[in-house]
Amino acid sequence: MKPRSKRLALIAGAVGLLVGAVALVLTAFQQNLVFFHTPTEVLEGKAPSGRTFRIGGMVEQGSIRRAADGITVHFAITDTAKVIPVTYQGTLPDLFKEGKGAVVQGKLGPDGQFTASEVLAKHDENYMPPEAQYSLDQARKTGETMSQ
Amino acid sequence: MIPELGHFALILALVIALVQAVLPLVGAHRNRAALMAVARPAAQGQFLFVAFAFGCLTWAFVQNDFSVQYVAMHSNTATPLYYRITGVWGSHEGSLLLWALTLSMWTVAVTIFSRNLPEVFMARVLGVLGWVSVGFLSFTLVTSNPFERLLPGVAEGRDLNPLLQDPGMIIHPPLLYMGYVGFSVAFAFAIAALLSGRMDAAWARWSRPWTTVAWVFLTAGIAVGSGWAYYELGWGGWWFWDPVENASFMPWLLGTALVHSLAVTEKRGAFRSWTVLLAIGAFSLSLLGTFLVRSGVLTSVHAFATDPRRGLFILALLVLVIGVSLVLYAWRAPTLSGGGSFKLVSRDTVLLGNNVLLSVVSASVLLGTLYPLFLDALNLGKISVGPPYFQSVFVPLMTPVVILMMIGPFVRWKGDDMRRIMRTVAPGIGASAVIGLAVAFLVGHVTWRTVLGLALAAWVVIGSVQLLWRRLAERPGAAAAARLRGIPRAWWGMWLAHLGIGVFIIGVTMVGSLDSTINVKMHQGQTAQIAGYTLTLRDVVEAPGPNYAAARATLEVTRGSTPVATLHPEKRFYHAQQMPMTEASLDIGPFRDVYVSLGEQLEDGAWIVSAYHKPFISWIWLGCILMAIGGVFAASDSRYRRLAERSAPAGAVRQTS
Repeated sequence: MKPRSKRLALIAGAVGLLVGAVALVLTAFQQNLVFFHTPTEVLEGKAPSGRTFRIGGMVEQGSIRRAADGITVHFAITDTAKVIPVTYQGTLPDLFKEGKGAVVQGKLGPDGQFTASEVLAKHDENYMPPEAQYSLDQARKTGETMSQ
Repeated sequence: MIPELGHFALILALVIALVQAVLPLVGAHRNRAALMAVARPAAQGQFLFVAFAFGCLTWAFVQNDFSVQYVAMHSNTATPLYYRITGVWGSHEGSLLLWALTLSMWTVAVTIFSRNLPEVFMARVLGVLGWVSVGFLSFTLVTSNPFERLLPGVAEGRDLNPLLQDPGMIIHPPLLYMGYVGFSVAFAFAIAALLSGRMDAAWARWSRPWTTVAWVFLTAGIAVGSGWAYYELGWGGWWFWDPVENASFMPWLLGTALVHSLAVTEKRGAFRSWTVLLAIGAFSLSLLGTFLVRSGVLTSVHAFATDPRRGLFILALLVLVIGVSLVLYAWRAPTLSGGGSFKLVSRDTVLLGNNVLLSVVSASVLLGTLYPLFLDALNLGKISVGPPYFQSVFVPLMTPVVILMMIGPFVRWKGDDMRRIMRTVAPGIGASAVIGLAVAFLVGHVTWRTVLGLALAAWVVIGSVQLLWRRLAERPGAAAAARLRGIPRAWWGMWLAHLGIGVFIIGVTMVGSLDSTINVKMHQGQTAQIAGYTLTLRDVVEAPGPNYAAARATLEVTRGSTPVATLHPEKRFYHAQQMPMTEASLDIGPFRDVYVSLGEQLEDGAWIVSAYHKPFISWIWLGCILMAIGGVFAASDSRYRRLAERSAPAGAVRQTS
């Protein structure tokens, strides 16, 4: 090959490779974004159905119930305004407690029951998951606006 | 008193760093030997003062001096001594001090091991390292002073986060920082070469061992961190694509590209601009990693925005480093063109292809890590990017990297014949595809991911054997032992590191395809089955530790009627932080781990037990160890030592600016 056509082939190859890689990255990105919603938004119907998303807030006091198998857990996530019932199978994080912040990832069923595939809690006692804090703040703001 | 001494030592270190940053660079510019000669003593003096400051902070931890805020926040009288010492780098302020200490250690190492570099070049390298040090020391002093007093002092400290009270966390941060900061040496060499306007094979040869050593530390650091996550987080995962992990993985990817690009620059004089860009990029990503992990931006961009001093400072540092380097690069780039020419089919092209791919992977990890932060910072919604994104990008992009990685060593530099290469590698690649499919059938898990993973691993192993065979056949007649000895260490380094990738892929594929998990409710005496093993819960007893209370279970693992192991998972409760913790227990084997962790106790006295069967998971870390050993071999090749022994003038860089 002549040097000129060699260089062209190299550049064309590199550009083709890059375009393919970027296309792959962007498609994967588009398909795998996980959105976050507050319980209030979920009940307003803003959450996507049939797609995985996250809810954050507090684990409602007195809401944790264990099924007879000891593994399936029912609890509720609240932003103090609205409540979403959640079902989860598996090990709960050490710092998962009633009245403490948590974020759950999963899908919303047609019956309004959220089936979690992942439960994220805090890393230490003082740290609130940012998304859980955000839910509470949003609900408080809405509450304040309504009472004015 | 001691903390104040530490504080003063740190201020003095900053002053010395400023001297080290300014005088030698001016000296190199004006060719004044006296100014250049300041570099070495300044670097060594700076090290002494930073080490002294570090010692003072350690002393405060050992003495339980809770009038120092950082100590009060991260230690406790009941914390065992070794965790009080490692608590020094348990959080933001102390780890910055560790960063500064590591940097000054690397700088001193450069003054010792690169003694024979030309004086002008050395002055520039140390000057650039001085600037990096000025940045970090002033960052520490202005925004994150670890010696800040808490007045009045408190009687008891808050203790170190229990997750960090683990041997893995003792060595993980220092290893990782040795890697991160090590890239600052590669960066300083690149900037020094840009300043001098001459970058040639000699520059690449000086820079190569340093870069490789930094890469070895980073590899080991990431592996230790991943191992820690595996046994300490209690649910058997080894990599989560968590932003904190990505922060260390991005410099690793670019560093790997840099190590290979330097090889081309040294051997062939080609890719010089590209190598310089990679050196700048790898160091910038190391800074970004420090920023992501230590600024609190990951916890909450908004909490971060309310106290933006730290973040802004380090962001400014990052912008300054990238900006100044790129301007310098743009100014000097015209002098970099040229270098060895090569044909389309050549080892040069293969290495370039892998370099581009590694950079793209690094960029895609960067996108997935930073995009959620940007959206959040701009109040455009909260999203997260989970493992599915990273996996769907990583696998297709890394597959050609691994295939090319094994083809590359068979291809000649400069130019080769496509048919000759195909004749050499095609049988191996074909056999690997068959082996991948056959093994997937054998283990009963035929998915494209499993087949692909096994085939790639098979190709790495077959390619490695073939490569060694050909290398030995190069000297017919000599005895086998003599032939083995005749192979230079650098070659062994390449061979081992590539083989390590293969071993790593076996581990990842097997664990990803065949692992199994059970979550069961168990009373004492009850049994559970997992992957052919029977677990029997014997008892659960109280087993308090120095700073925690614990329930300790005894589980017997048997296979058929043969006993395999007795495991003791614990559920701990750390007093100072009021924090529960799961301490898993593992039976580690060469071909599988049995992993048990204790969940919570139910009202009827039963315990939730999680058990995991993880086939071949040790191979993941074995692969990393092989890569790191490969790096050590490569860095200790005799030609670098010969270079060090040779007197300087032969490779002297002439003043051009």
